[in-house]
Parts: sequence; C-alpha cells; structure tokens
Amino acid sequence: MSTSRIVVTGIGASTPLGGTAPESWSALRAGVSGTHTLTHEWVEKYQLPVTFAAEGAVRPDTVLERPIAKRLDPASQFALVAAKEAWADAGEPDVEPERLGVDFATGIGGVWTLLDAWDTLREKGPRRVMPMTVPMLMPNAAAGNLSLHFGARAFARTVASACASSTESLVNAYEHLRDGLADVVIAGGTESAIHPITMASFASMQALSRRNDDPEHASRPGSIDRDGFVMGEGAAALVLETEEHAKARGAKIYAVLVGGGVTADSYHITANDPEGHGAARAVRLALDEAGASPDDVTHINAHATSTPVGDPNEYQALKQVFGDRIDDIPVSATKASTGHLLGGTGALEAVFTILALRERIAPPTINITEQDPEVPFRISGDEQSLGAGDQLALSNSFGFGGHNAVVAFASA
Amino acid sequence: MALTNDEVLAGLAELITDETGISADEVALEKSFTDDLDIDSISMMTIVVNAEEKFGVTIPDDEVKNLKTVGDAVTFITSHQA
Repeated sequence: MSTSRIVVTGIGASTPLGGTAPESWSALRAGVSGTHTLTHEWVEKYQLPVTFAAEGAVRPDTVLERPIAKRLDPASQFALVAAKEAWADAGEPDVEPERLGVDFATGIGGVWTLLDAWDTLREKGPRRVMPMTVPMLMPNAAAGNLSLHFGARAFARTVASACASSTESLVNAYEHLRDGLADVVIAGGTESAIHPITMASFASMQALSRRNDDPEHASRPGSIDRDGFVMGEGAAALVLETEEHAKARGAKIYAVLVGGGVTADSYHITANDPEGHGAARAVRLALDEAGASPDDVTHINAHATSTPVGDPNEYQALKQVFGDRIDDIPVSATKASTGHLLGGTGALEAVFTILALRERIAPPTINITEQDPEVPFRISGDEQSLGAGDQLALSNSFGFGGHNAVVAFASA
Repeated sequence: MALTNDEVLAGLAELITDETGISADEVALEKSFTDDLDIDSISMMTIVVNAEEKFGVTIPDDEVKNLKTVGDAVTFITSHQA
C-alpha cells in the first residue's frame, strides 16, 4: 500500500452557471442564479406542476464533435466536456494507461435515451430502435466513454448513490489511489435528467420548489421560506493524482484530498435520519482519514438542497460533530445558485470547495431573505473570508437510499 | 416517386457523415464500408436503421452482410423502393 498524499491537479465543469469551471466559479462568486423558466413544449403539454429548472448553460452537444456527441446520452456528453477540461487543466498527464483510472458517477443514468427509445418503439416499432440505445443509457456509460477517450485501463468504475454519487466517487478515487491501484484518476459525476418524468416524480413527492413565478429565487437553502430543491444538470470532473506522480511531472497542485467517508442510514428510502447519525459518522470518518480534528475545519460546502426537512437535518448532524463551533465555520450552500445536479452535484461542490480554499473565500449563498433559526449555519449572500491560516474544508452529499458521503480537502 | 441512384447515394452519404463524421466526398460507390470507410458494425446498423426510415425500404438483417460497398447499398435501396 502506498502512503502518498492524493492531490488535485485539474478541474473541469459544465454547469447551469457556465460551460467551464472558471466560468461557473465566476458566476457563483457574482451571485448569479442558474435557474430559469423552462421553455420546452413538454412543460405545457404535460401540465407539469413545476415549470423551471437549472439547465446546463452550454449544451454539451454544441462543443463536442457530432459523431461523438450522437453516441452519447446528454449525461455522458456533460461528463466528457467536464473531463476534457479537467484533463487539459492538469496538463494532459503522461501516465501509463494501466495506471490511469476512472471513477465517474451518475444518479439516474441515460433517462433521455431510454425514454426517447421507448417513444420510438411505440410509434415506429422495434426496427427503428437504435442499436446504440443500451450502451447510451447504461449508468456506466460516462465512465466507459471516459476510459475510451483518455485511454484509461486501470479501471473504469461507476457508483450510483443518488445525490451522494459523485462525492462517493471522489472517496472511491481517493481509496484507489491510496491503495496503489492507479497513479492518476479522472473522478467526478454527471446528470442530465431534466425530463418530464423526473420533474413529475420529484414534484409528486413534494420535493421540488413550486416558486414558478420567481424561479431565480426558488433555490434558497437555509431560508425560512424554502420550499424544495431545484432540478439542475451538468457535470464536474477532477484529476486526482498521487503527490509523487504530480510532483515528478511538475504539475500545479490545487489542493490535497486528505480523506473521505461513506456511510448508510438504514432509516428511510428517501428521508434523512432526522438525528443525522449517518451523516455525522461520514464526517468523522473523513476527518479521521485526514488525521484531523473538527477544530481544524475552516469551511464547509453543505449539501443543503433547500428542502424544508433536509437543511435542518444537516445542521443537526454537523452540530453533533462540531458542537457550537458549527455556527462559526463559514458555510456555503451553492445549490442556491446551481440548483441540484443530483449525481453531478458532489463533484461540482468539490470543485467549488477546492477553489474556495485556493482563494480563501467561502462563496456566497444567494436568495437568503430571512435565515431559518433552525438552520443557523454561518451562510451569507456575500463572500466570507476564510482567513490566512491552513485550510481544511468539507463537502457533504446525501442521497436517496440513505447514502452519506463526505470529502475533506486541505490547502496545498 | 422512385429516387435515382445519384439521389440515393447523396442521401446515404448524408447518413454516413452524420453517423461517422466522414466527409460526404469520401462516400463513393466503390468504397467498402469496413475496409475503406472504417465503419464498425454498430454504426453500420445505425445507418441501416436510418436508411430504412429515410428511403422507406426494409433491409433485412440477413441482407446487411451482403452490403459490402456503398454501391451495394445504393443498388439494394433503388431496387427495393416502394
């Protein structure tokens, strides 16, 4: 087993805030909302109760070559765009194919491909169902295609744990690198599921905000009048690498991935454990792996989806770990700007966390008009300074199924 | 109204370009799908599905393996148009 530290050498993202990681970060810092009224005919056609979402700012099929794009579900298209950016940002590492791995997640998979093919089958019969249907809709399509594109032969793994998926992928990548299974891993997650079926289903379970007349202000984690999350889409990717490998090639190092924790609630298929035991254990596991104490933590990117019950549950979970100090740690709830990217959200928030450490600021949490006293995180519509000392930040993700995943990053 | 060989060739070239990115100029009657155009089996089946839709013909699975060249496909389509 290797004892090397694991470092971040490249980042990429295609999100509701921008087609790249720097554009997304700039828009986040500027307080932009990525949420807008949907203009698709199907919103009216199916009388959807929720008429807005945070769509990708740049359609990925407009930046990929057409023969490549048409073999990929939009979820895999977003993944490839983000991963190409991260790979270029990392300086296109020279690595043996057998030492390059992929850990790339999705929450739902190729829902557009599946349901478009179902429509084709019903309207035109089986002869018209495209041969690429299954390889496009399978949940490992993004990981497999990234392996193909970048020549990664160590492994190409997909974890599916709903909204915890891509944080769990980062934890897996950390473990794979720590255990010596690869020298470099392309890790992250993707989702493109703003589809009438998912919109109807999430609305049916009362999980989505209904602020149809004011979509830009609908995602408001921590606000007393929050009423649900906002569907988002997109992908984010990180190039993770052993420190030896990164230093040997003179790579720039954004941050150190110092630990991760994954737990399960075994409480309810969709609701969080209201006492937050599973989430608190995931935080403690990540800190233990990092060899750090709760007192070392200087910033948290909260899961904070803007649902009435989820936000206070997360606060309670963190209070178990941090005690009263939780009220002093600068927290960002960036879904206020991005919406909820489901399987892509953890990787995106990891990218934001890394940039927060690098620039020593907690990015703003927009749309807080009146903060809920039951969610008294130190969140702000303005940037918060993280101060001058060593930085240790957490990014939390929790998913349907009772999945909890936490990653810890330290300043480089 | 039946299409001419040239019209079918042009239409088929569009489908091949769309699927593979190969320039329409490269798509000529004597070109082999596999040896010259490097089209794999799954792309070939995608082109077949799209050709059936575009030209209103049925290309049986058993027949696809006989379509070695672009010319074979053009001949099959023109001779089986409704």
